[in-house]
Amino acid sequence: MPPPLQAHRLLISHRRLPTPARRRLTAVSSLQSAPATTLAPGPATSSILSIRESLLSGERTAANITSDYLSRLRRTEPSLRSFIHVADAAAEREAEELDRRIASGEKDAVGPLAGVLVGVKDNLCTKNMPSTGGSRILDGYRPAYDATAVRRLREAGAIVVGKTNLDEFGMGSTTEGSAFQVTTNPWDDSRVPGGSSGGSASAVSARQCVVSLGSDTGGSVRQPASFCGVVGLKPTYGRVSRFGLMAYASSLDVVGCFGSSVFDTATILSVVAGHDKMDSTSSSQDVPDYTSELVSLDLLESKPLNGLRIGIIQETLGEGVDTGVVSSIKGAASYLEQLGSVVDEVSLPSFSLGLPAYYILASSEASSNLSRYDGIRYGRQVSANDLNEIYGESRANGLGHEVKMRILMGTYALSAGYYDAYYKRAQQVRTLVKESFKDALEKYDILISPAAPSAAYKIGEKINDPLAMYAGDIMTVNVNLAGLPALVVPCGFVEGGPVGLPVGLQMIGSPFSEGSLLRVGHIFEQTLQNFSFVPPLLAER
Amino acid sequence: MALTLLRGMRTPVSLRSNTGLFFNVLRPRLSHFTTRAESAHATEPKAVPKSIQLATKEAAEQKTQGFEAIIGIETHVQLSTVTKAFCSCPYDYGSQPNSTICPTCMGHPGTLPVLNEKVVECAVKLGLALNCEISMTSKFDRKQYFYPDLPKGYQISQFDIPIAKKGYVDLDLPVEFGGGHRKFGITRVHMEEDAGKLLHSESGSYSQVDLNRAGVPLLEIVSEPDMRTGIEAAEYGAELQRIVRYLGVSNGNMQEGSLRCDVNVSVRPVGQSEFGTKVEIKNMNSFSEINRAIDYEISRQIMLHKEGQADQIVQETRLWDESSQKTFTMRKKEGLADYRYFPEPDLPEVVLTTDYIDEISKSMPELPEAKRRRYENMGLSMQDVLFLANDDNVAHFFDSTLEHGADAKLACNWIMSDIAAYLKNEKLSIHETKLTPLELSELIASIKNGTISGKIGKEILFELIAKGGTVKGVIEEKDLVQIADPAAIEAMVDKVIADNPKQLEQYRAGKTKLQGFFAGQVMKTSKGKANPVLLNKILGEKLNAK
Repeated sequence: MPPPLQAHRLLISHRRLPTPARRRLTAVSSLQSAPATTLAPGPATSSILSIRESLLSGERTAANITSDYLSRLRRTEPSLRSFIHVADAAAEREAEELDRRIASGEKDAVGPLAGVLVGVKDNLCTKNMPSTGGSRILDGYRPAYDATAVRRLREAGAIVVGKTNLDEFGMGSTTEGSAFQVTTNPWDDSRVPGGSSGGSASAVSARQCVVSLGSDTGGSVRQPASFCGVVGLKPTYGRVSRFGLMAYASSLDVVGCFGSSVFDTATILSVVAGHDKMDSTSSSQDVPDYTSELVSLDLLESKPLNGLRIGIIQETLGEGVDTGVVSSIKGAASYLEQLGSVVDEVSLPSFSLGLPAYYILASSEASSNLSRYDGIRYGRQVSANDLNEIYGESRANGLGHEVKMRILMGTYALSAGYYDAYYKRAQQVRTLVKESFKDALEKYDILISPAAPSAAYKIGEKINDPLAMYAGDIMTVNVNLAGLPALVVPCGFVEGGPVGLPVGLQMIGSPFSEGSLLRVGHIFEQTLQNFSFVPPLLAER
Repeated sequence: MALTLLRGMRTPVSLRSNTGLFFNVLRPRLSHFTTRAESAHATEPKAVPKSIQLATKEAAEQKTQGFEAIIGIETHVQLSTVTKAFCSCPYDYGSQPNSTICPTCMGHPGTLPVLNEKVVECAVKLGLALNCEISMTSKFDRKQYFYPDLPKGYQISQFDIPIAKKGYVDLDLPVEFGGGHRKFGITRVHMEEDAGKLLHSESGSYSQVDLNRAGVPLLEIVSEPDMRTGIEAAEYGAELQRIVRYLGVSNGNMQEGSLRCDVNVSVRPVGQSEFGTKVEIKNMNSFSEINRAIDYEISRQIMLHKEGQADQIVQETRLWDESSQKTFTMRKKEGLADYRYFPEPDLPEVVLTTDYIDEISKSMPELPEAKRRRYENMGLSMQDVLFLANDDNVAHFFDSTLEHGADAKLACNWIMSDIAAYLKNEKLSIHETKLTPLELSELIASIKNGTISGKIGKEILFELIAKGGTVKGVIEEKDLVQIADPAAIEAMVDKVIADNPKQLEQYRAGKTKLQGFFAGQVMKTSKGKANPVLLNKILGEKLNAK
């Protein structure tokens, strides 16, 4: 990775991108019909910064900003169903309290996330607010504590506006696996938002909240980010504490962030990242201010990515990948070249092995992690005549189909006589995957690929074909097996829906290289022309 | 125990399957507990008359003729750390149900374990004390099964890489049981967490879960199948108890469940190399029960062998029932339970450095075996040695008495007789009394140099042990200094003789036994302070003077 761009250096030699670059970029995209919206087209701007500025200048009140978001939420929610629980009254109260503190001139009233409405995936525990994990077995469950990531957001002044929908316990790629509701895609309400963090992606895409937290075990932040046209970050394993995240597969789970801009995403990461004594697998590596390396558009030089070596993963552009997605990614790649980087194709030989290994490891850990949902201490308990019946009935009624299937698969894989053939072998594959990424990341600063083999598909399309749904995770699961950070930024559109469907570019880096990924993602986002990733839903009024 | 063995063998073997027993008997009663050492030989042997012992031994030999028992023991030791293994809850035995719990030890969604480093320290200490190889890198695994007292649906334990393995323990069998030195192999020591407790309603219609104990750290110690008799197994358990108490890692209290032994017993014809079918026995609340349960089980299995019904010995868990002095089937095992162990992804590997181990190694106290060898070299009898080394408080008291210059044998005698009797009566441990090692050594010295008599010594001892103070202080306060002045004693002797002319006459007529009477009278006059040797010498001279 070249040294981060320094603002002072840029001041001396900043130049706008040459026009030809912009033109060529629009040419490579298969579909460039950026929807006309009431929100101005052009590069994404930071909502967090503008909220902060208007609060500090007194231009707007937190109550005012909150009411803006809440009225948009109320208008769009009937069709989107992003939230399992909306804490609107609490949000309004917190906003008013913030205004009072600002008015009384309280020092530090305006924290880094003051007045910022966040959506929190419902598998993250929130104190005194329902936390169901999208499962009936936790219907009505209210944790006694905040997840560390949530606590840190709140301490920075953020307002939790509600709990977003997800596939039950994070198991799924469409959010159809929620026990409560199906969330739709803001770009086309007949399509899925992706999953499992579909509610968090959809809520940010429709500006129901400013930013949101998700979790990513095999792609659950990146794929919905791609489907919904928002920025999604899967941090390095251990970068963000998992304390308070309902475990799906502990060795793969990470808490991730969604924003409508790279800057917002970086801001959230800076707040939630860092060691937590409650999570022994959290890293004690220093947390930089991820926004400090992000340079505004007018300060960028003409080839801001000069010297950057990018590998485009061969195996992600072949058979089974939507041609529109392939051309969007290739278009993005050549645009990255125009920005000064060198892009080569790179092969990861173990790439195709990752998917089966992932499903064995994730299911194995899940079968263990979900044992605690037994109806004894909390959540739903079915009354029964004996102990086995309590267990059996509580779990049969409380857990959904996909979850049961994965528990069965995992139980099988860990059983005596099968352990070596499945779990142990999958661990060996995991080691191979790690090594092949390591090799590739010695040659390249960043690897790129699609975040999913297609854009958002129709609700119900894959609901009865789990293998087809699992295959959709091919782009993302290897990154979890290797524990690497990956950023998804919207890069184009494919045909579909009323105005086209967004496609996300996945950028993968070495462990703890979130800063570099965000810097490159920011440059890409800020200079990309003629696309607006604001869904048509918002233009309706 | 001896009678039990015989009775057990006469009783027809019952294989009644009583699963209900599990819920009624498995957990020890809550109200009874003691903090005294529970060594089998500390409580048992002296009560058993010699003749019965011999009879038992012979009977046992006769009955086991042609067979040998193979015994292995799994011991769970609850560590007395301030907080639980993976969260910061305290644990106090006997506190209100569900009063020391948090989201983590209740297995709430999203909670994660964080290892208490003290647990590792205790494990390394015990591993070293048991002469084990310490694993520089070990890991935790999940052992999975469903039970309401197991909040997460899995127990965090160690499976294929325990923190310590391949060790041994040395011990000496009590003299009353024939004595002898034994060395038993230790297969492994691993760290894990305890489960909660179920409290069953009287009617049996519902059960309640108490999670106070959930997450309390345990060390599981697995022995090699090296033991052959009940007393060997009981002594193995007692030695583990001594070791954990010496190390201060656990209170080792069996009634509280801080030390629990599950015993595996099988029997095979002598000369056969493969093991017989093993049976697991649980629910023994003292070492004496372990001894009796095993001896019962051995005789039960041998009888089945002899009756040609060896196929009725099945792999099962049996419970010891103290009231009927028998073992009963609790559950038959359908093959091996599959716990689906896999590495615990929430905890990093436990990596130790040689510096860390050296540091712990240096801080280790003298252990029971070393103490016994040292006491033996002082010339103490094995009975004395075993008594002193049984309790580290007693051993410490003894050692410190010697440091103040007392003679080993004399100090040992005082501790084993009068002090032990007092402690037993008052249900106290030696460090809970007001007697200090310094004063015991003073007492011994005062007797030795003739300041007081042995009899007065005892009086002073009881004063010191109950009220405290110094030997000198008590002697002065009560004017107890021995009268060793021959003239003073002579005066008292003269007076007694003068006061008892009748007895003098009888004495001189040949009834010499009456010297005792005169001595008693003189001692009484002196208020017990007269030097007895001097007294008898002077009295003899006077009585025999014509």
